[in-house]
Amino acid sequence: MTNREIILGRIREALKVVAPPPIFRNGAAGPSRLPAVPSLWLPPAGVTLGEQIELFRRNAEELTAGFFECANLSEAIQRVKELAVAGGWKKIGRHSGELTDALAQELGLPEVRTDGGYAVDDLESCDAGLTECEALVAQTGSVLVSAPSAGGRALSVLPPHHVVLARGSQMVPDLTAALQRVQKKFQDKFPSFLSFISGPSRTGDIERILVLGAHGPKKLTILLLP
Amino acid sequence: MNAGAKEFNEAARRNTADLRQHDRIQKALAGYYLKREDYQNRFPDWAGARDLAAEIKREAINHLDRYLDEFASRLEARGTKVFWAPDGQAARDYIVGVARQHKVRSIIKSKSMTAEEIHLNDALEQAGFEVVESDLGEYIVQLRREPPYHIVFPAMHLTRQQISDLFHDRLGSEPTNNPEDLTMIARRIMRRKYCEADLGISGANFAIAETGMISITENEGNARLTTSLPKIHVALVGIEKVLPKLSDLALFLPMLATAGAGQPITCYNTLYGGPRQPGESDGPEEFHVVLLDNRRTELLADAEQRDALHCIRCGACLNVCPVFKNIGGHSYGTTYQGPIGSVITPHLRGLQDWKHLSQASSLCGACSQTCPVKIDLHHHLLHNRRNAVRLRPAPMEKCLQAGLAFVMCRPRLYALAARLARIAQPLSRLVEGTVLDPLRAWTKTRSIPPMAVKSFHQLWQERKKS
Repeated sequence: MTNREIILGRIREALKVVAPPPIFRNGAAGPSRLPAVPSLWLPPAGVTLGEQIELFRRNAEELTAGFFECANLSEAIQRVKELAVAGGWKKIGRHSGELTDALAQELGLPEVRTDGGYAVDDLESCDAGLTECEALVAQTGSVLVSAPSAGGRALSVLPPHHVVLARGSQMVPDLTAALQRVQKKFQDKFPSFLSFISGPSRTGDIERILVLGAHGPKKLTILLLP
Repeated sequence: MNAGAKEFNEAARRNTADLRQHDRIQKALAGYYLKREDYQNRFPDWAGARDLAAEIKREAINHLDRYLDEFASRLEARGTKVFWAPDGQAARDYIVGVARQHKVRSIIKSKSMTAEEIHLNDALEQAGFEVVESDLGEYIVQLRREPPYHIVFPAMHLTRQQISDLFHDRLGSEPTNNPEDLTMIARRIMRRKYCEADLGISGANFAIAETGMISITENEGNARLTTSLPKIHVALVGIEKVLPKLSDLALFLPMLATAGAGQPITCYNTLYGGPRQPGESDGPEEFHVVLLDNRRTELLADAEQRDALHCIRCGACLNVCPVFKNIGGHSYGTTYQGPIGSVITPHLRGLQDWKHLSQASSLCGACSQTCPVKIDLHHHLLHNRRNAVRLRPAPMEKCLQAGLAFVMCRPRLYALAARLARIAQPLSRLVEGTVLDPLRAWTKTRSIPPMAVKSFHQLWQERKKS
């Protein structure tokens, strides 16, 4: 017998006895008829794109992430140039992509590209990581990245400043919609990595006092293009 | 009383008297209460969210065979090695085996209570491997060679001064009173470790059956680095972590953050579905998922307490527990502290050795009320008490109960006993709480209220007459 069979056998044996029904808050014992739609119980996210962008902005600010709506690519380039000067960037990490290519060309800084592999120490010494994303989640102010949309796993967490470039069409109201979007997009061919990023890295492990930049980026900036 | 219970009582007494520790815990939790309330109130219907979360976990746990099988098959389909570990020993041996086979030089680990449960670090160190905890709180308690104080906040019992002294002693850093500076000391050390380590070990918060992925919740980014840079990633996952569908995360991620840390959502919620896939720019060459039973199936077999496996380890029940707040996390002597620890430890490590934890409760029910997946924690403490007595009856207690029942069934005898008690009580005051008192265990910290001059029955009779 394999371990798999042993454990599954134990489980089947254990489940022969039926668990008592749950008690719901109205005192009724199950089975309940709760709608299986989490969005009903979660903080509302607005209907129009404008409302969702506003909510995203509020949430991002609360999470101490920078959020800028840019009218066009040149405004985004201008923003990143300002960030580069303010942060004294000498080298950036990035992946190839429609938006990242256009931006990096204008930025003209030495760069480490993660496409197809890279040396870890090279990426570690970058001042910023430039990525695209799968979606922005208004409900939580989160950026959903995946291995293909964000240049792999480390680019969005190793450099001290993570800059995300997103399109308006990538804004989704809530977590449910974000997960639906990637499920529809990837079907059975999911990437090995997906992550909801909500603000810069943080810790409260010392006297529960908030410190930004625990192990990951100290800064997160999100640029929203039309 | 067994040795474990004695140790527990002594530790609880000692730590309850440590008022400075008491203050630190209260202070640390004060912020949590405020933030949790704030974010919980942003849910239009928190009670509905709890009902749904409880129902999803109930579905998962009561069809665990089906969902686990699906989870493992989907992972394997994309090149993940899944190992089924019937107990801690099997899991330890497997992980040590992976480290040996690849001749790894250094191991970086992100926070995992399941790894604490099976004492994984000890096994790896005994086999000659260096393991570094990358979560800041875990790193601090690792340097102190002590277990985590709380399942979510491992170093909540320490002051910045103590941490500064610890870093100064062990790492040679300059003393500082600034939490940010202390965090940066750990960050610098850890950065080197991530780049050098060839094996990364993590736990998992959820296992998604539908898509064959593990989900890791964190704030620091240490788990992401642990699982991105080393060439091998091993995730240790308790079999109860399963959720049926990917969309279930839309509910569980915010609920875990709100209940666990008073956050709307934690900084990183990451899904891993395999090793580096063709065309991806990084990630481990090998991804191992170790599914751990370690007596979880025994808890599963107890239908009455099966819902204890719904636990998502948010730690909320610890945060609200008056017992935890007084005795602190280390008194328990268990991996899982607080109410959930008192409920499940007897199942995981033996009822007779750990039944004393179920006695250490005021049964106030704050734990059951705060639990995001509605585990009936305080009733399970009662179930543990009942089961412990049922399996190993206490003769003295049985005699007392039988005597009480005998008297209660006979009104005249009861009236006589009550009269005698009124006479005997002033006399008992002379010995109350001293070694001569047969009820000392109770009376040394409590006073029995004085008997009423007239019983309810007498008052009732008099009223009827007048």
